[in-house]
Amino acid sequence: MENTAQNSQLNHPSDLLVKMENVSFSHGSRVILDGINIDIPRGKVTTIMGPSGTGKTTALRLITGQILPSSGRVIVDGLNVPDLKRKPLFELRKRMGMMFQTGALFSDLSVFENVAFPLREHTDIPESMIRDIVIMKLQAVGLRGARDLMPSELSGGMSRRVALARTIVLDPMMILYDEPFTGQDPITVGVIMQLIRKLNDSLGLTSVIVSHDVAEVSNISDRLYIISGGKVEASGSPAELKSSNSEWVKQFLEGRPDGPAKFHYPACDYTEDLLGK
Amino acid sequence: MITTMGNMVEMVRSIGRKVLNSVERMGRGHIFIFHTLMSVGIVFKEFSLLLKQLHSVGVLSIQIIAVSGLTVGMVLSLQGYNTLVDFGAEQSLGQMVALSLVREMGPVLTALLFAGRAGSALTAEIGLMKVTEQLPAMEIMAVDPYRKVIAPRFFAGVISMPLLAAIFSAIGVFGGYLVGVELLGVDAGGFWSQMQSKVGLYEDIINGVIKSIVFGIVVTWIAVFEGFDAAPTTEGVSRATTRTVVNSAFAVLGLDFILTALMFGGA
Repeated sequence: MENTAQNSQLNHPSDLLVKMENVSFSHGSRVILDGINIDIPRGKVTTIMGPSGTGKTTALRLITGQILPSSGRVIVDGLNVPDLKRKPLFELRKRMGMMFQTGALFSDLSVFENVAFPLREHTDIPESMIRDIVIMKLQAVGLRGARDLMPSELSGGMSRRVALARTIVLDPMMILYDEPFTGQDPITVGVIMQLIRKLNDSLGLTSVIVSHDVAEVSNISDRLYIISGGKVEASGSPAELKSSNSEWVKQFLEGRPDGPAKFHYPACDYTEDLLGK
Repeated sequence: MITTMGNMVEMVRSIGRKVLNSVERMGRGHIFIFHTLMSVGIVFKEFSLLLKQLHSVGVLSIQIIAVSGLTVGMVLSLQGYNTLVDFGAEQSLGQMVALSLVREMGPVLTALLFAGRAGSALTAEIGLMKVTEQLPAMEIMAVDPYRKVIAPRFFAGVISMPLLAAIFSAIGVFGGYLVGVELLGVDAGGFWSQMQSKVGLYEDIINGVIKSIVFGIVVTWIAVFEGFDAAPTTEGVSRATTRTVVNSAFAVLGLDFILTALMFGGA
C-alpha cells in the first residue's frame, strides 16, 4: 500500500523508467508538490489521480522537463531531467510522447500532416515511407479514413485519437496522457481506454495517465497513485486501493462529498457569519 | 491618520509592483528577441515557412494599406492645394505630397495599420496556439517553437513592413495626383517635375525606408512577444491583443520622433 511496499517489488533500478525522488514544486508562495516520491515501472500503465488542482499535471510537466522542481530529482531512463541542457532534453523528449487534454493538434495542418509532423521534423525518411507509417498509425486509432480532415472538422474524441496517433508515430518508450477522458462521451471513453491499454501492451510502451476518472483508470492501470495537497496519499494496484482502510482513499474512490477532504472552503462560524458578528 | 499612512504604503507598494513587473517583462522581451534572432537559420532552411507567413502578414495587409494610402494621398493633396494656392505655389503640390508620404505618413501610418491588422492577428494566433496547447505540444515533440512558429512570423513582419510602406507611399502619391491634377487642375508637368527634383533618394526615400524597417522590427517584436507571453486563457489572449495595438502605437510614435530628430533634426 505504501510507496515502500511498491518499491520493494522493483528491486532492479532498470525496472523503473521514471523515478521522482522527494520532488517539491512551488509557484510563488503556493506549494503545489511537497516532497513526493513516485516510481513508474517500465512496460506498465501507471495512473496519477487526485482531486482537481492537486498537482497531477504539474507532475507530468516535471517528467517532461517543461518546468523545474524546487527540490528533488526527476529521473527518466537514468537521466536527471532538471540537470539536462536543452539539447539532451530534446533528445530525451524524442523518446517520449504526451497526449494533451485538448489534443493540441496543429490547427493549420490536416490530420495526415499532424501525424506526419514529428517524422518530418526528426527523420529523413522518404515521403512514401512517411505516408505508410502515418496510415498505419491512423489505422491503429481507427481514423485512417479521416486523414484529409482538418482539426476543426473533428469531434473531441477524434482529436484525441489523432493526437494519440501523432504521439506514437516515433515509437516512443513512454506516453504521458493528461486527462484523456475529460469531457468525452461513454463510447469515446471506452475507445480511448482500450487504445491506451492495447498500445501499451502491443508496442511495449510505458504509460503514465493523469486523471480523476476513478472507474475508467482502475480498469486499465497496473499502478495507481493518489495525490492530494501536494503529497502522495496512497499508492498501489487498483485492487489494493479498493480494499484500503484509509478514510481519505475511500472518500476519493467512492466520490463522497465530505470526509477528510472537506466540502466547505475554510470559513468562520456559519451562525456568527449570518448574525454578522 | 493610520488609514492614510496605510493607503500611502499600499500605493507605493502597488507602484513598486508595477515597475518590477514592467522591468521583468522587458527582460523577458529581450531574451525572447535574442532567441528569435538566434533562430534565423530556419528562414533559409525552410523557406516555405517564411513564404506562408509573408502571405498572411504581408500580402493580406495590402488591401487595407492600399485603400488607406489612396485616401491619405487624396486628403493631403486637397489640404495642401488649399494652402499652397494662396501663395500661388500649387505647382509644389507634388513635392509636398511626396515628401509627406515618403518621410512620415508612409512609414508611420503603415506601421499603425500593420499593428492593427497583422500585429493583432499574430498575437491572437500565437496566443491561441498557447491556449490550445500547440506550443507546449511542439516542445514535447522536441521541436523548438522559436524556430517553427516565432522566427518565420517575425522575419515576415520585418520584411513586409518596408514593402507595405512603399506601396502606401506610391499609392498615396497616385491619390494626390488624382485629386491635385485630375480634379483641381494643377499642371501635371509641374506636379511630377517638382516631385522629381525635390525628393532625394538618400535623405528622403532611404530615411523613410530605414524608419519602416525599424517600425517593422519593433511592431512585429511586440506582436509575437505579446502572443508568446500571453496568459493561456481567453481573457489573456484578449488582453495581449489589445496590448499589441496600444504598445505598438506608442512605440511607433515615440520612435518616429526620435528617428525624425536624428535624420532631419538639424536640417
